[in-house]
Amino acid sequence: MQELLLIAVGAALVNNVTLSQFLGICPFLGVSKKVETATSMGLAVLFVITLASLICSLIYDHILVPMGLEYLQTIVFILVIAGLVQFVEMFLKKSMPGLYTALGVYLPLITTNCAVLGAALTNVQEGYGLVESVVNGVGISCGFLLAISLMAGVREKIAENEGIPKSFQGSPIVLVTAGLMAIAFCGFSGLI
Amino acid sequence: MDITGVVYAAGIVGIVGLLVGILLVIAAEKFKIEENPLVGAVRELLPGANCGGCGFAGCDACADAIAAGKAPTNACPVGGPEVAKKIAIAMGMDPGAGDFKQMVAFVKCAGTCDKAVKKYDYYGIKDCNAISVVPGSDDKGCEYGCMGYGACVKACKFDAMHIVDGVAVVDEDKCTGCQACIKTCPQHIIALVPKGQAYKVQCSSHKRGKDVMSVCQAGCIGCTLCTKQCEFDAIHMDNNVAVIDYEKCTGCGKCADKCPKKIIIRADGVQLAAC
Repeated sequence: MQELLLIAVGAALVNNVTLSQFLGICPFLGVSKKVETATSMGLAVLFVITLASLICSLIYDHILVPMGLEYLQTIVFILVIAGLVQFVEMFLKKSMPGLYTALGVYLPLITTNCAVLGAALTNVQEGYGLVESVVNGVGISCGFLLAISLMAGVREKIAENEGIPKSFQGSPIVLVTAGLMAIAFCGFSGLI
Repeated sequence: MDITGVVYAAGIVGIVGLLVGILLVIAAEKFKIEENPLVGAVRELLPGANCGGCGFAGCDACADAIAAGKAPTNACPVGGPEVAKKIAIAMGMDPGAGDFKQMVAFVKCAGTCDKAVKKYDYYGIKDCNAISVVPGSDDKGCEYGCMGYGACVKACKFDAMHIVDGVAVVDEDKCTGCQACIKTCPQHIIALVPKGQAYKVQCSSHKRGKDVMSVCQAGCIGCTLCTKQCEFDAIHMDNNVAVIDYEKCTGCGKCADKCPKKIIIRADGVQLAAC
């Protein structure tokens, strides 16, 4: 139990997927203009990563390893992730059309969000079993959710601030903010 | 080379792909959205600027409402009569049914830099909505006037709004009547008027004559001379400011001739000079 907790906290805070491993930067910068859409994006990623960790772990342990086909992991994982994202897209289009339009192109782009593949590959690399994989997946995606929501909160404030020098307006100030947030997250490194 | 390895690899990827595909087909059936084919047709005809001028969340929402019969075929103010006609044809309705009058925005203030009295120098955030929360409001003496910091200019998606000489001015040719400026203006001094309307009152001040004169040389002082001139009962006083009823106005211009402050302007008339 204690080990699982360590995995979760480690994945969410200490090795935060966006702020210390720099995975999933695309939606982190792209959909973080409003807290509401950012949180929804984080939740969609949470769903995809959790399920992807579960299914990929099952496939790896019970199909790829016994057949000696470990080298296929990347292709098969991508396949599973793409399928999951398609499913999320259909689900959102049906049940939450407003959110579907708000997320726009970034929704299908979860497929290429390297945080998702990163989670699946980390599970394999660390030799995690099924339960550990899912916990790690939830931890990673909670870290992503936290990072993107915080970023969106900061960006909402930035948008109201008229005092930013012209050369820093738009993307530059966002990148500077992301860098400062990454430094702040270094503070968690002593946690474990 | 061991061919079985290749076969296994291809087989595994193929099977996983097939399984994912089958699950997606099931999901697609389950989450199928029954869309009215009219929605797509109407959506194609709309301009697609998603400006929200129709009062719906965007062109998609507007198309939904039109196809469902909840909105008229001429619901889109940007598309104008042409789009309304095409949509009516697509819906199988009589294209002449939706009588369309193009409306444009009009800023009811003439308090340019030289005419409006300044009460202080403002150095804060250059945005009307930010200034509107400042105690004592903006730097112009008149509390009803255009602040001139361009919230409407920022809101306009069609480049039809410009600050000229400290007052927002609408370019009638570019204005589509989408009302984005009307929604954002903290002073609520922008209104829709029929395009090409001959005479308009360019003041919104509800103050009494003396108070208006102390802050602006171009304000309605509520003298009621215009209302006495009108033969068509088209101009009335509303809380110390003259208001024209555009339905009744024939554009004779007698009110404008008599106006001592010259704030009833002609459509093709006086252009505001630069500062």
